[in-house]
Parts: sequence; structure tokens; C-alpha cells
Amino acid sequence: MSTDKQEREPLFSAKNRKLLTNPLNIDNPITVQVLGICSALAVTAKIKPAFVMALSVIVVTTFANLIISVMRNGIPPRIRIIVQLVVIASLVILVDQVLKAFVYDVSKQLSVFVGLIITNCIIMGRLEAFAMGNKPWPSILDGVGNGLGYGIILIIVGFVRELFGSGTIWGYHVIPEAFYDFGYKNNGFMILPPMALIIVGIIIWIQRSRNPELIEEN
Amino acid sequence: MQELFNIFVKSIFVDNMVFAYFLGMCSYLAVSKTVNTSVGLGLAVIFVLGITVPVDYLLNDYILKPGALVWLDPEFADVDLSFLSFILFIAIIASMVQLVEMVVEKFSPALYSSLGIFLPLIAVNCAILGGSLFMQEREYQSLAQATSFGLGSGVGWFLAIVGIAAIREKIRYSNVPGPLRGLGITFIITGLMGIAFMSFLGIKL
Repeated sequence: MSTDKQEREPLFSAKNRKLLTNPLNIDNPITVQVLGICSALAVTAKIKPAFVMALSVIVVTTFANLIISVMRNGIPPRIRIIVQLVVIASLVILVDQVLKAFVYDVSKQLSVFVGLIITNCIIMGRLEAFAMGNKPWPSILDGVGNGLGYGIILIIVGFVRELFGSGTIWGYHVIPEAFYDFGYKNNGFMILPPMALIIVGIIIWIQRSRNPELIEEN
Repeated sequence: MQELFNIFVKSIFVDNMVFAYFLGMCSYLAVSKTVNTSVGLGLAVIFVLGITVPVDYLLNDYILKPGALVWLDPEFADVDLSFLSFILFIAIIASMVQLVEMVVEKFSPALYSSLGIFLPLIAVNCAILGGSLFMQEREYQSLAQATSFGLGSGVGWFLAIVGIAAIREKIRYSNVPGPLRGLGITFIITGLMGIAFMSFLGIKL
């Protein structure tokens, strides 16, 4: 493709739209690419921290993809991992400081997991797989798309765990008092870490039965 | 001595990296197809955690935490560099992993080739950085405590990955529903193993 043609390509051409929407379903970073599982599970006991975490990851993937894509021709391949880590770590420090300044309580809840965005494989994985070989604009879209795909799973898991575990959504009670009078109990088990794994397992199950091409061999 | 042992046991069972904090899940899921490679990776993780946590402890104690620079000059008493900890920790980890890679390549080429791409990936294994960050957050009092925490977390991770690898080797012969095969069933088994590990929660150490 000549550069001329590239420039005339509209900002949201079909190809670029795909970059944005594929990660939401058939190329989801968590359930299909198996990237960034760690933080996805640990912060999802409630929706609010899950949402903040998703937002932070979207910001970091987008800007890391942009920066690395701009610099991609100047990075010597041998030291690219260190360069990528430095870019990611600086962005994560920014996000961490912003969270500490504006939403201190959530930042305390997320504890080490904000720092662990650095080693979140989604970011590294997308940098290696996409930003190192593509122009800045598609890279931004890819970053936003993958961040969103990650965020969606986080919010779904957070929603299920908070609704059944605490009977609340975003901290507001949604299960009517009458239910409790009939003997309904919050399922404390949902709050515990292992349930996050099982819920993600079920999400994968549902997704793969709807997209049979994703089914694995063994 | 007793205290060190307590920290060690606690970080293996009660605060298990995989089951309680989900750290290092990416390589945990990717490398756990056979027991042999997972033993190799597990040992590498123990080794790297055993080195990086104490080194990062020293770094945190003498450079990063508020007032840590006093040994240079009393004037620095109110300097707080802790916002730099992410970038310095990851730099230490990346260089340690590089070092381990060179040592393994020299002394055990067989292990080196079987670990393949996963050895450099330890650098971005969240269990390693997570170990350092938990060490910083929990404010361990001495180098020995930090070391036993690092080693304990490594052993906990090793146990988890070897356990899941053994189960996955056997489950190949089972009739798992199509869409659940591979990743899905691994998640659910990990969840069940996590529930089993939660029985250690009641132990007072």
C-alpha cells in the first residue's frame, strides 16, 4: 500500500473499526488471548474498583501503544523490552499518582494491583504484537479496543460478584429488603477469590459455545 | 527464627500467590500443560523471587521510603522517593531475570531450551513484581524476613503450577464439554484448588 493511499484512508474505516470491536468479543484479551488475568480477578469483588481498574488499564494501553508506535522505528530490537517497560512504568506511575490524589479510598483498595498494571501482559502483549509494527492511529484504536475488552470482562465479573455477594451494585442496595425477610442471604462465597476464577471460567464457556471456532483441541 | 518460619509457611499456604492474589496467572495458565516444564518454571520463579525480594527490600529501605536517605545526609530526612518504586523494582527484576537467563543457559542448556520463551517472560510475571510490592506494603522488618517471604511466595507458586500441571495431564483423558476445553476448565479447576487452599486460612501463625 502506498503512503498516499494510507493517508486518504478514513479514520474509522472498516479495518480500523475491527481493531476496536474485535477485542470486545472474538479476540478478547482475557478470554481468548489469555492476557492480563491476574489483575482481572483480584479487583473484581466490587464494581467500583473494577471500573477504576478498567479505566486505568484503558489509559495505559492507549498511551503505551501510541508512544511505542511513534518510537517503533527508533527502538533497537535487542533492548525493546526494557524500553517498553520504562514507557509502561512511567505511565503507571502517573496513573497511580492521579488515583492517589483523586480517589484515595479506591486506590487503597486496589493496593498493589495498580503497580501490577506494569506487568499486566495485555499491555506488553499488545505492544509486542501490534504497536511495534503499526502506525500510531491504528495502535491507539488497538489499545482502546483491548482496554475495553478487558474492562468489559472486569465489569461483568464485578457485577455478578457484587450483586450476589453483597446484594449491592456500585455500593447501592438493589435487592429489596423483602427478599431478606423471606430468608434470602447474600452469598458470602462470591466475595472470596476462587469464585472470580469460576465466574471467568463460566464466561469463557458461554462465549465459546456461541463462537464454536474458538474451541480448543485438548 | 520462629518468626521467619511463620512468614515462610504463611506465604506458601495462607497468602498463596496464585490462589489468594491471582498473581502470575498468565504464565501459570500458559506453561502448565506438562509437569516437566512447569517444574522448571516453578524453580526459576522461586530463584528469581528469592533474589529480587531481598534486593528490592534493600532498595526500599535505603533509598525509596520516606526518610530513607538519612544515611547520606541528615538533610534528606523528609525526602520521599516512594513514587519511584515501580520503575526501580521493575528495573531490578528485569536485570535479575537477564542474569538468571545467562546462568541457566551456561549451566543447564536442557532446561534453557525447555523453558524457551518463558524465561524472559518471568520479567513480566506479576508474581515477581507483586512479591516486591507486597514486601513494600507489608513493611517487613528485616532483610531475613523479606527473604523468607520471597522464598515462601516462590514455593507457593511452584506448588500451584505443579499441581495444576499434574491435573491437566490427567484431564486430557476426560470428556470435557467442548467449549470448556483448555482454558475454561483450567480456570474452574484453579478455582476449586483455591477453595481447597482456603482451608489454610484459619491457621494462626
